[in-house]
Amino acid sequence: MHSNMTSDSSATAQVRRSLPKRYARERRFRFLGLAAIVLTLLFLVLLLGSIFLKGWTAFQQTHVRLDVYFDPAKLDVGNLNNADYGALVRASLQDMFPEAESRSERLQLNRLVSTGAAFILQDILTASPELIGSTQPFWLPADDEVDMLIKGHSPRDVPESARRLSDRQLGWIDSLLAQERLEKQFNTAFFKNGDSREPELAGVRGAITGSFYTLMLTLALSFPIGVAAAIYLEEFAPKNRFTDLIEVNINNLAAIPSIIFGLLGLAVFLNFFGLPRSSSVVGGLVLTLMTLPTIIIASRASLKAVPPSIHEAALAVGASKVQTIFHHVLPLALPGMLTGTIIGMAQALGETAPLLMIGMVAFIVDVPQSLQDPATVLPVQIYLWADSPERGFIERTSAAIMILLLVLLVMNAAAVYLRNRFERRW
Amino acid sequence: MSPTLLLAVLLALSSLTYRLGSKRAFHVAKKPDSPVLHSRPGYHGMLVALWCLLPALAIFVIWHIFSDDLLSAYAVQSFSAAHGELSQARMELLLNDLRNLIHGSYFSREIDPALQEAADRYLAMRQTANTALAVVVLTTATLAAAWASWRISPALRARNQVERVVKICLTLCSTIAVFTTLGIVLSIIFESIRFFQQVSFFDFLFGLKWSPQMAIRADQAGSSGSFGAVPVLAGTFLISAIAMAIAVPFGLFSAIYLSEYAGPVFRKIVKPMLEILAGVPTVVYGFFAALVIAPSIRNLGMGLGLPVASESALAAGLVMGVMIIPFVSSLSDDIINAVPQSLRDGSLALGATRSETIKNVVIPAALPGIVGSILLAVSRAIGETMIVVMAAGLAANLTLNPLQAVTTVTVQIVTLLVGDQEFDSPKTLAAFALGMLLFVVTLALNVIALYVVRKYREEYE
Repeated sequence: MHSNMTSDSSATAQVRRSLPKRYARERRFRFLGLAAIVLTLLFLVLLLGSIFLKGWTAFQQTHVRLDVYFDPAKLDVGNLNNADYGALVRASLQDMFPEAESRSERLQLNRLVSTGAAFILQDILTASPELIGSTQPFWLPADDEVDMLIKGHSPRDVPESARRLSDRQLGWIDSLLAQERLEKQFNTAFFKNGDSREPELAGVRGAITGSFYTLMLTLALSFPIGVAAAIYLEEFAPKNRFTDLIEVNINNLAAIPSIIFGLLGLAVFLNFFGLPRSSSVVGGLVLTLMTLPTIIIASRASLKAVPPSIHEAALAVGASKVQTIFHHVLPLALPGMLTGTIIGMAQALGETAPLLMIGMVAFIVDVPQSLQDPATVLPVQIYLWADSPERGFIERTSAAIMILLLVLLVMNAAAVYLRNRFERRW
Repeated sequence: MSPTLLLAVLLALSSLTYRLGSKRAFHVAKKPDSPVLHSRPGYHGMLVALWCLLPALAIFVIWHIFSDDLLSAYAVQSFSAAHGELSQARMELLLNDLRNLIHGSYFSREIDPALQEAADRYLAMRQTANTALAVVVLTTATLAAAWASWRISPALRARNQVERVVKICLTLCSTIAVFTTLGIVLSIIFESIRFFQQVSFFDFLFGLKWSPQMAIRADQAGSSGSFGAVPVLAGTFLISAIAMAIAVPFGLFSAIYLSEYAGPVFRKIVKPMLEILAGVPTVVYGFFAALVIAPSIRNLGMGLGLPVASESALAAGLVMGVMIIPFVSSLSDDIINAVPQSLRDGSLALGATRSETIKNVVIPAALPGIVGSILLAVSRAIGETMIVVMAAGLAANLTLNPLQAVTTVTVQIVTLLVGDQEFDSPKTLAAFALGMLLFVVTLALNVIALYVVRKYREEYE
């Protein structure tokens, strides 16, 4: 009896003695969990922060103010479409810096202004030909190397050989700055232009238009088809081999890598059906097949959430099954279906890999006008720019990413709003 | 009449017949000695509209499927009469030129007058055909609608017929998933078979050298190309392993903390933030990996005196791992939450600390689900494309060193298929063989994951 007591108390003592260790282990475990979350979120901050820091400067572009003389002698007045507008820019630079005499110096001088300046002058003169013979001041885009220097992305204080701009060019830039002829302005070209090989001329309009066409087609196809399939599977499908097959298929398609859908698009839509390469049509079709499982699964869940009493009430007053579903169940399930659709669309908008397979990765300058025009989409544009060697494309890539993330944020916020606003708990 | 306009007219006609049909049903019902209508007038109208729309639409679609072939054959007739019989390849070239000419995108060479004539014939014939099609489609629509509206009577089961059409439509929509799978399997298998006619299956599966670049002429160096998939697969598994080494501990610990320790407020804030990470497009991760992570790892390695490739497997794997964290954590979170509270209470009542409860009770109970979610995450890592395309290398090195550049299945598919494709060269077809490997592996992982979850799930209640 007595010995039993002591062994008991020694067991308690043993537990007591082990407690600090166990509590320490507890604290460590808990700390690990918190650390995992904090590190993950830190990575998120690092990701978004670095993209923002790299990208925000792209919304401004350095411009040079040039006094352009629309010299009738240089312009072939009879044929304004083929005239050499670059000569006007060169002449204007030459007037400002007459000391640049040798051929190589002039070449360096001309490189300060973007090659796109000539096209801008052409547009201006085509719109108002009465300017011929007059001198007008214009803000024209500077070359991307100048832009990078002004924004501080390219260092100044390194030896000339390590710089893209020569000492001579730096001197001209400084004198332009002193004359207040060099200024950062809001970068309208970034929103107005299609793609370009020159960073200062490249814009996202083509890609955004392509994304819009592609996504509209995806939405127009995948929402009705997805909802219809969900209604069939949830409300009508008999339990048999065939419907089992459909269900297994949908679940598997949801987990198949997206690039496989690109292979499908290439082999079936392009090679078999002969649809136009690089076009939004094919992109939309491929993305439809990809987002369908997402929409079907979400729609089924929201149909399932409608209580059976609604069904029974409608059936009891003599509605047919189709009437019950279309008049009573579907309206109640629609907010959930829309939420799922928006989430599916957001996935489709960010998708890149399958679109590379169907040729949407081509270099396309023109803004697409229809579903069949060659187009690219925003994520593919990001991929293309990320591959470009010019320094100026880094900030433009980041800026395009910022636009993409903003659109995705809006879409997801809309989905959350819809869910909170319309979703009923029964 | 252009096809789009025709379609619009057809739709307008069908909505008009809807109104006419329902009006006629009203009219029939109003007759003094008429029995009560079986279906409401709207259903009669819908039935008429469907009769107006569907047969005409079928004709429209069938014509558009075959029209191009028929018209091209017709246009080329004159051409072969002038040039004699043409070989298959020459014919295809000709058709291609013709198509470009018709679409108005033909600038390069001088236009062969015979070709121009063929194109003109094509366009003229298309004009005629479109007019004829419009007449046929609209006549069919009108006749069918007239017949359907003549049939309207109180006893007609219009609702049942409309509902049958609706049900058929619903069924067709749900079979698209099956057709998608079928399309994937068939397209991959057909192109892979063509690949394996040129490269032996065992060379592909067990070969140790991957260099798909083929010379154009047979006498150039390296003319054969070699298609051993082992280095590519090894690279894929190396990068996936790095990714899982990040994603599994981070994802699991976040899930445990969120479901077992965090208060409701913390949970409500942090969970959506983790989901943001899942919503970021992969191309953004790829950009980040290539531009920020890879150079930092390289600089770090240089500082430590280690040779690090600029496109190291480590950078791609690391970023991919972060991308997968929310995937693992949200799946595991659901599973851990599904473990009944009574198990935890029992363990805590016996004096276990919370971490001991989690380690000895909750995790073992949730294990099948966690394993399933990890398998799904692996399948996602293997199929991930953009991160590796942008941050991993192209050279197929057979190595396990995470500091070297390796390549993956998805990278190779992208590089082989972006740009010019020749569907008779094994270089292009190899992409489909790799696609088949990818498809089989991911499918197997998904099936195993589902099986594990089903087989080993503990049933409580």
